[in-house]
Amino acid sequence: MTRRTRLLVFAVGGLGLLVVLVIAMAGIPGFGGGLHPYRDRAVAAGLAQRTPNVVASVNFDLRGLDTFGEELILLASVLGAATLLRTTRTERRREPPAPRSLPSTVLAGYLMLPVTLVLGLDVVVHGHLTPGGGFQGGVVLATGLHLLYVAGSYPALRRLRPLDWYEYGEAAGSGLFALTGLAGVVAGTGLLSNLLPHGSFGSLLSTGTVPLLNVAVGIGVGAGVVVLLAAFLEAEVATR
Amino acid sequence: MTSWLAYLVAAWLLVVGLYGVVTSHHLVHTVVCVSIAQSSTYVLLLGIGYQNGATAPIFGATTPPGTAVVDPVVQALSLTDIVVSATVTALLLALAIQVHRRHGTVDPDELHSLRG
Repeated sequence: MTRRTRLLVFAVGGLGLLVVLVIAMAGIPGFGGGLHPYRDRAVAAGLAQRTPNVVASVNFDLRGLDTFGEELILLASVLGAATLLRTTRTERRREPPAPRSLPSTVLAGYLMLPVTLVLGLDVVVHGHLTPGGGFQGGVVLATGLHLLYVAGSYPALRRLRPLDWYEYGEAAGSGLFALTGLAGVVAGTGLLSNLLPHGSFGSLLSTGTVPLLNVAVGIGVGAGVVVLLAAFLEAEVATR
Repeated sequence: MTSWLAYLVAAWLLVVGLYGVVTSHHLVHTVVCVSIAQSSTYVLLLGIGYQNGATAPIFGATTPPGTAVVDPVVQALSLTDIVVSATVTALLLALAIQVHRRHGTVDPDELHSLRG
């Protein structure tokens, strides 16, 4: 198919899609209105579980099974990307070339590293109380670690990143999530049911299994993203 | 009456992203365009959940239960959406690197035949 015919086909299809979308969107309740039946039910259910962050309650309590699927999607994608990016026979590993970074960049990298790691931990453990959670905090932790690469020290990043342990960490995160879910089956309350005591509203140890699942996801996502970025970095920096 | 016009941003993002995929000359550009098309779903979801004057669905000392909040369900769906989008992007970029290794090109138009 030439570019011309392809564009023509797209013009017809794209226009049709746009028309259908506009017809459908005209039928949605108006932007900014007060009609939110799901909101009313989710907020009531979240507050009944004494969870201040209702988004975390939806993700880790009310529909925990979906989040487990999400965690497994991430696991599968990291596995897939690492498999695709592994060093092929025609390529040889090499020592990465000496990096060149501005002294100010190096200083900023080393200064921000501990701050970012603490921030990531904070986002993970307070996921049920304030904005954040395991997914967001895990990504902050994993990218924070890569400030070492920005600071120009790939060997230091490699030392801080024994990949085996991150692979175990990723599996452990998903495993902890699964075990927490199965505990509900053993206790007879159902898969991924919130069976721990809910505690007092707004305290760190409250809302039952939500913080536990947040930590599990935080470990899994943090380790998973590190493994993923490592695969890309090795493919780019350490092969030729 | 025209309050649903805000949703058109999502429709526009989807079609523009698809246009980018169709006319792309570089596989990394194609992946970015797929991400843009996907991001239309965040805009649509968050737009549907928005309420004028409402605050974030996180309760505490300054936001006692009973305050008007935006829809937390669509926010949770957006989070799932972002995670899936990130994993898809990672896989597609890995595939782009693999295509470059095998075929020596990243222009989709120059990829004609399948090779084992």
